Amino acid sequence: MQNSPNYFNPEIETASREYLHAIQSARLIKMVYNCYNNVPFYKKKFDEIGLLPQDIKTIDDITKLPFTVKQDLRDNYPFDLFAVPKEKVVRIHASSGTTGKQTVVGYTKGDLENWSEGCARAITAAGGTHSDYVHISYGYGLFTGGLGLHYGAEKLGATVIPVSSGNTARQVQILQDFGSNILCCTPSYALYIGETIKEMGIDPKTLPLRAAICGAEPWTENMRKEIEKSLAVKAYDIYGLSEIAGPGVGYDCCAQDGMHICEDYYYPEIVDADTLEPVPDGTFGELVFTCIGKEALPLVRYRTRDISAITHEKCACGRTLVKMQKPRGRSDDMLIIRGVNVFPSQVEHVILSLGMEPNYQIVVERIHNLDVMKINIEMSESLFSDSMRQVERTEKRICSSLQETLGVATTVHLVEPRTLPRSEGKAIRVIDNRKI
Amino acid sequence: MSIKQISIFIENKPGRLADITAMLAKKDIDIRALSIADTTDYGILRLIVSHPEKAVEIIREEGMTVSSTGVLGVAIPDEPGGFAKAINVLADKGVDVGYAYAFITPEKGKAYIIIRVTDNDFAAEVLTAAGIQLIEQTDIFKD
Repeated sequence: MQNSPNYFNPEIETASREYLHAIQSARLIKMVYNCYNNVPFYKKKFDEIGLLPQDIKTIDDITKLPFTVKQDLRDNYPFDLFAVPKEKVVRIHASSGTTGKQTVVGYTKGDLENWSEGCARAITAAGGTHSDYVHISYGYGLFTGGLGLHYGAEKLGATVIPVSSGNTARQVQILQDFGSNILCCTPSYALYIGETIKEMGIDPKTLPLRAAICGAEPWTENMRKEIEKSLAVKAYDIYGLSEIAGPGVGYDCCAQDGMHICEDYYYPEIVDADTLEPVPDGTFGELVFTCIGKEALPLVRYRTRDISAITHEKCACGRTLVKMQKPRGRSDDMLIIRGVNVFPSQVEHVILSLGMEPNYQIVVERIHNLDVMKINIEMSESLFSDSMRQVERTEKRICSSLQETLGVATTVHLVEPRTLPRSEGKAIRVIDNRKI
Repeated sequence: MSIKQISIFIENKPGRLADITAMLAKKDIDIRALSIADTTDYGILRLIVSHPEKAVEIIREEGMTVSSTGVLGVAIPDEPGGFAKAINVLADKGVDVGYAYAFITPEKGKAYIIIRVTDNDFAAEVLTAAGIQLIEQTDIFKD
């Protein structure tokens, strides 16, 4: 198995638990010193609980460390959690935050290498090789999806086709004319491309496409089957979040039964979301990562808010890397819409900043396999006018402010006061009809 | 020199108009003129009623969004070109009319028109100078 083409880095991917333990311990120790010496936020946190870097001797000591949450990134916006000087940071990415402020992450050259390695492992596990065309339909830009897979495919030596998202007819034309072998995009977009292929009268079996690597939003086994059928491929899940690196933190193998985590860079734990105590293998809880391999943004026990479970037994594919289950939900109210993180509090913030009452409701639907968001807002006297032009102008202003903050398209519907459903006096903020 | 119009925000769903008019009828409020501006999702119902303050109170108590605006009322001869004359007078002076609607009157040979402009005083001056008769709240509700 050592030389199987499906391993990008067999030495790590099939390493013994003892070997991994040694690597993880050494990296955690180095990381803890880096945090303590270079990130005032962590020095303060360690001091508060009387923890010294030398107290951490092996990876098993990780439970002595404090947790980090998304709010900490916001409080230290934009760069205050970076552990290296600006000259060492070679890349910035960002994702939307809850109050209009983005969550900013940075990478050193080494961080980019390791992140790319994770993506290269993911592409390889999906059957990709250096002789494949890797078609990337994730968005490029501050979002980590596009560039993450891009660098991973380059590291593998594959031929990258950086299509980015949108213009589906052109996507299909490239799939056909260039002969893309591996498609990387969100699962909903994969389905949309599949539908477009059908509409264009193309038999997917005639395309050289073999695999789809899908992530950045939650999806089900049923969606996997649909993608596999409509594109005539095998569909592989990929997990990641920008705070930890981006895509490639975890990836599906040929067994398609849980994602292997690059635990040599990102050490996972599952904790009870309420007590924050570790739970046994196979038990669902909140997924927590420590970026033991990262230099620029070495987050300690970062609470992802994703609910998942991890298992350590050896996989049918031969990998020994720990596996995580598809996240089952969130321990907070975050919505993932077309790969973009949306918090109801962001919507509330915009509404309040426009001087309106925060009586709103977010409705999410999946129409033709694409997430569609609609925000209902109760009309209030401060917004109202007898002039239709004025009311329409207000509606447009709300809509553009929301889109600007959320980073995702939405429609706004003004409704009569006191008509949005409330339960026990509290408005029901989110109606998610996507059935995922 | 203006008439109080009340405007109500209503969603486009069956029965809303019936609800509101019934609500006002129950409290003995007489509706003399009505106009609706609408989009696909919602509309603005504009009313000229016998007791505007009371009507606003009633509607607000029902939890609906309502506003009260001063609009101009003019009486024009009920004959071809009557409305055109009034509206031309305003256009000549650069007065922008947001909307207008007409209704029947108890006064024989006259039509009443409600006109929404930004500056009521200026528009009233322009109309009066052109010999166009302005009406008051009391003109509409005299029996």
